[in-house]
Amino acid sequence: MIEAKKVFEEFQKHRGDSIVHVQGTSGHHWKEISTNPNKDITLGSAMGQSTSAVFGLALGLENEKVVHFDTEGALLMNLGVLASIAGKKPKNFVHFLLDNECYATTGGQPVPNHEEIDYAMMAKGAGYPITYNFSDLEELSIHLEEIMDSEGPIFVAVKTKPEIENLPMGLREKRKARTRLETINDLRRTLNIS
Amino acid sequence: MTDQSAILRPETLLDEFKKIGVTHIITIPDSETNYLYELMEQQDWLDVIPVSREGESMATALGLNVAGKTPVVLIQNTGMLESGDSIRGMALDAGFPLLMIVGYRGWTRKGKTPDSAAIYTEPFLNAFRINYYLVEQNEDGPRISEAYEESVATKQPVVVLIGDEYHGFNR
Repeated sequence: MIEAKKVFEEFQKHRGDSIVHVQGTSGHHWKEISTNPNKDITLGSAMGQSTSAVFGLALGLENEKVVHFDTEGALLMNLGVLASIAGKKPKNFVHFLLDNECYATTGGQPVPNHEEIDYAMMAKGAGYPITYNFSDLEELSIHLEEIMDSEGPIFVAVKTKPEIENLPMGLREKRKARTRLETINDLRRTLNIS
Repeated sequence: MTDQSAILRPETLLDEFKKIGVTHIITIPDSETNYLYELMEQQDWLDVIPVSREGESMATALGLNVAGKTPVVLIQNTGMLESGDSIRGMALDAGFPLLMIVGYRGWTRKGKTPDSAAIYTEPFLNAFRINYYLVEQNEDGPRISEAYEESVATKQPVVVLIGDEYHGFNR
C-alpha cells in the first residue's frame, strides 16, 4: 500500500496542464502539492456522483486533459459510471482510483469485499481500453508518464494506506478550502468560459 | 381517425431543443422514448450521452455546464425518484440552469392512477421545491422553452413532465 500523499507527489511531476479533481479523505494532500490551483476543481456533493460530474467536464472540454482521483467507496455507490464513461470514450480522461479498502472518513469500516475486489478488472470489463493496478510506489512512478501521455479513458487503481478519521465531526480539524462554486469560477476564468 | 394535433410528436421536443441551443442530452432510454432517442442520435448538433443510472444525469450535466455547454436531462419519473441525492447535491445546491425532461409514467387525466410512480411524482417535485410544467401535446411545446428560460433566470433545475398518455414517442 502507498501513502496517498506520495501518490500525489509523484503525479504532480507529470500533471502538465491538466485539470485535476480530487475527492475523499486523503484528497486534502493535493491542495498542499498542486502548483496550479486554478485548474483544480471540486464538483462533488452527492454520494458517488463526482465521477459523473468530472466525466461531463471531460466531455465538454475535449481539448483539456481531465484527471479524476476517485475513491473506492464512492465508486461502489455509482459503479454504472464505468460503463457510461467507457461508452463515450473520452480521450482526455484519466481516472485514478485511490483504494484504501475502507470508509476512512466514517472510522475505517471496510467496504464490501474489500480484500478481493479488483476495480481495474471491473473497469476493463466495462470497456476502458487501458487499465492499471498498482500497490507499489516505484511501479506507479515508472508508469505515470505513459499514463498521462496515453489516449483515454484510462483507469488506474492504486492501493493506498487509509487515513482514518475517527473523531466526531465537530471535533475534527477544519481544513480551509475553496467552495465548489469558487473552484468552478476560477477554472472558467482560467479557460475563458463564459 | 386520430387527431394529430392532440398528440405529442418527438419532433416537437427536438425543435424546442434546437431553439434553446441544447448541446447534450443525458438520458436513459425508456420504452416510450425510443423514437425520440433515434431522432436525437441523427442530429449532428446534438450529442446524446447514455448513462447507466438516472442519478448520474444531473452530475454529468453539472460537468458539462461548467464546461460552457447546454445539457438537458431526459429521464422517466421512476428514475427521478431514485435520483434524490443527486438532484439535491448536483443540481439544486450547485445552482445552475438545468432543464429536466421527465416522462410522467402512470399519468392520466381521467382521475386516479393506480401507478405509484405517478402518485409520487408531483409531491416529490414539490418537496424539492422544483417548479414543473406539463406537456401533453404538440401545442404545449413552447412550455419547454419557457421552462428552460426559467431555469436560466433562477439558476435552478426546472422540470417538464411529459404526460403523453397513449402515444409515447414510439412510431
